[in-house]
Amino acid sequence: MGDTITTRGTITIDIELCKGCELCIPACPIDVLTMSTALNDRGERYPVLSPGCTGCGACYFVCPDFVFGIYEYATPKEIPAEGAAS
Amino acid sequence: MSREFVEGAEALARAAIDAGCRFFAGYPMTPFTEVLDHMAEKMPAAGGVCINAESELEAVGMAWGALSTGARAATGSVGQGLSLMQESFSEITRAELPLVVFNMARGQSDYFQSTRGGGHGDYYHIVLCPIDIHEAIEHVYLAFDLADRWRNPVQIYGDYLLGHTWESVDLTSRNVAQPAKEWALDGSLNGTGRARNINSLGMTKGAKGIDPETFWNRLQDKFRVIQAAEQRIETEFTDDAIYTVTAWGTAAKFVRFVVREMRKEGYKIGYIRPITLWPFPTDAFKAAASGAREIGVFELNGGQMIEDVRLSLLGDAPAVSIGGISSDSSGFGVGPLLNTARIRDIIERHYARVAADRAA
Amino acid sequence: MIVIDTTKPPQEPAKQKWDTRPDLLIEGDHDLCPGCGEPIALRCMLEVIEEMGLSKDAIGAVGIGCYTALTSLLDTDMVQCLHGRAPSVATGIKRMRPQSLVYTMQGDGDMVNEGLQEIIHSAARGENITCLLLNNGVFGETGGHMTATTVIGQRTKNTLEGRDAAYHGHPISMTDLLAPLGGVGYVARSTVTTAKDIQRTRRYFKKAFETQRTGKGLSFIEVLTMCPTGWFLPVQEGPDYLNKTMSPVFQIGEFKVDGKIVTPEGQV
Repeated sequence: MGDTITTRGTITIDIELCKGCELCIPACPIDVLTMSTALNDRGERYPVLSPGCTGCGACYFVCPDFVFGIYEYATPKEIPAEGAAS
Repeated sequence: MSREFVEGAEALARAAIDAGCRFFAGYPMTPFTEVLDHMAEKMPAAGGVCINAESELEAVGMAWGALSTGARAATGSVGQGLSLMQESFSEITRAELPLVVFNMARGQSDYFQSTRGGGHGDYYHIVLCPIDIHEAIEHVYLAFDLADRWRNPVQIYGDYLLGHTWESVDLTSRNVAQPAKEWALDGSLNGTGRARNINSLGMTKGAKGIDPETFWNRLQDKFRVIQAAEQRIETEFTDDAIYTVTAWGTAAKFVRFVVREMRKEGYKIGYIRPITLWPFPTDAFKAAASGAREIGVFELNGGQMIEDVRLSLLGDAPAVSIGGISSDSSGFGVGPLLNTARIRDIIERHYARVAADRAA
Repeated sequence: MIVIDTTKPPQEPAKQKWDTRPDLLIEGDHDLCPGCGEPIALRCMLEVIEEMGLSKDAIGAVGIGCYTALTSLLDTDMVQCLHGRAPSVATGIKRMRPQSLVYTMQGDGDMVNEGLQEIIHSAARGENITCLLLNNGVFGETGGHMTATTVIGQRTKNTLEGRDAAYHGHPISMTDLLAPLGGVGYVARSTVTTAKDIQRTRRYFKKAFETQRTGKGLSFIEVLTMCPTGWFLPVQEGPDYLNKTMSPVFQIGEFKVDGKIVTPEGQV
C-alpha cells in the first residue's frame, strides 16, 4: 500500500451511449469501475474509472453499447492514491 | 431463320438463358416440372446455377438472394406453388428486385392470384400472358427487360398446354444487353457508412428511424407509371362488331380461331385479348369494345377476368360469362371446353340472342 | 475517490488496443435493451471480419428480430429477409458471388421456429455460408414469448411458470441437428456473458469464416445471448441466468471442425 497506484492503461467512456446495464462493473478484473451518482442525458448512471486500469479490455468486450475505448500506456503511470487519509 | 421442334417448356428455358438468366430455382410440380428440368440441364452449361430447391418457399428465397447480387434470376411453379411464395413476392416487389416468375398454371383459375397478388401490401406484378409458345418466347425476353427496367417482378402466365405442346420455333440467340445495377450487392460500399440494405421498408444505413409511408408511396407512384406504360392488347374485327368475345392465354387461341371462322362467314363478331393481365389494358379494351352490344367473356374459371372487363367497360355494355370451370380429371385445367366446335356452338347461341335483341 | 478523466484519449504516449467499435459498425446508439447480448455478438462477428481482412467481401442476409434494429449500424451490404428465410437468400447470394463472405444473422425464433427447414436444407446442401444464430430462448421483438429453444423451466411471456415439457414440449438444439449433416463443415456454440466467453466467441467466428473461405461447407455458430427483458429479470442478472438455465442445456464448445465431428468435452 504505497502513495501511488500503478496504472498501465486507460479507457474512454462515452457516457451518453451508456444505458446503465452495469455489466462492465463485475467484468473488470481489478474493480476499477464504479457506477456514477450523476445521470447522463438518458437518465442512466454510467461507469466511472478509478486508478489502476491495466487496459485489459474486459469492459469493452462485455459492453453491449460500445461505450469503451481501450488504451495501454507506453510507460505505466503512477497515479496518486486516495488523497484524504482517514 | 432456323427452326427447332421443341416442347414449350424447353423453349421457355432456353429463351430465359439466352435473355441472360443465370439463376433458377424451382420445385417439381405439374405442369411446371419440365421448365425446371430444362433449366437444370442447360443452366450450368451457360455458366449459371439451377437449384432443385427443397420447397417452393426456398426456391423463391434463393432467387431473391441471386437477384440482390444483380444477376438475372427466375423461379416458377404452378398456382399452388405460387401460393407458397406469396409473402416473399410481396417483399421482393417492395424491395424493387427484378424477379421473373414462370407460372405454369393449372388452367385459368389463377387470374386473381396473379393480378391481385396473394401477398400482403400494395404491390403489383407485371403479368404477361402468351397465347402460344411463339408469343411466350417473346414474352421471356420482354419479361427480363421489363423487370430490369422497372425493378419490378414480371410473371409469365403459362399453363399445361403452353409447357407441354411441341412446336417448331425459332430459338436463334439474340444479343441481349443488360443494364448496370448500382444497387446490387458486392461489398464495395462496406465500411463507408453507406453499405446497401435491400429491403422493403425503405431502411437505410445510419438512420435509426424508418419511414415506410414515404417509401411505399413512392412505390405506388412507380406502379402508376408502369400501369400507364406497359398495357398490351390484341384485337381483331372490333370496328363494326355487334358482339365481341374476349379471352386470354392459350384458351384465347381457340376463341380467336372460331371468331376468324365466323367472320369469314359474315358474322359481325369481334375479338379482344388482353396480353398483359396486369396492367390490364382498360382504355384500349373500352375503345375496342365500343359499339358492341354485349361482351362475351370466355375464361376457364368461375369468373375472374370478367371483373376487369366490367371495370374497363364501366357499363358501356354488359359482360356475360360464356366460359366456366372446365378441367381434365387431374385438375390441370385442360378441360373439355377447349374445343373449337363447342366454343363455336356457345358463341353462335349468344350471338344469335344479341342479334335478335338488336333487331327487335 | 480519484476519478480518471475518460472523456478523451490519453495525452501520454499510449497504444490504442480497442477502438470503441469496429469500422463495420456505424457510429451512434442503438435501441436494443440495456444488457442485451446481441450487440456483443454482432460486434464480435464484425471485428473478426475486419481482422481477417474481409471487410469488403462480407454480404449479409439478415432475419427479423430485435437485431433487425441493429442493421442501421451494420455497415455491410445486406438483404433484409423475411422471418426464417435468410439461409435460402444467402444461398442465392453465395451461388452468384462465390467470392463473397456470405453470412446470415438470425434469432432463435427466426431460425429454429419459422425457418427450421431453411437452415437444415442449406446445411445438408453444404452451402458455403456462415450462419449465425443469436439464441436467447425468446421471441424478443414481439414481447418475449416461448420459442423452439426455450429451455424447460425457463420463464417467458407465455410460460410464466416455466416451460413445462408435458404441455410445451422440449427445446431444439441446433448443434445436434446440424453437426451430423454431410454438408456441414463447422458447428460451434458460445456465449457472451464474460470477456473470456467473448474471446471464445471471436475464435469461433474466425474458424467459421475460415471454413467458408476454404469451401468446407456450411459453418454454423450459435451464440447464447442475454435477454433480461424477455426473461423478466433485472439487467445485471442476465449473464448469471444465462449460465444457470441455458448453458447446461445448450452445451458450449465446438461440435464439428473441418467437416469432422468433435466432442466439446475438455474444450476451453
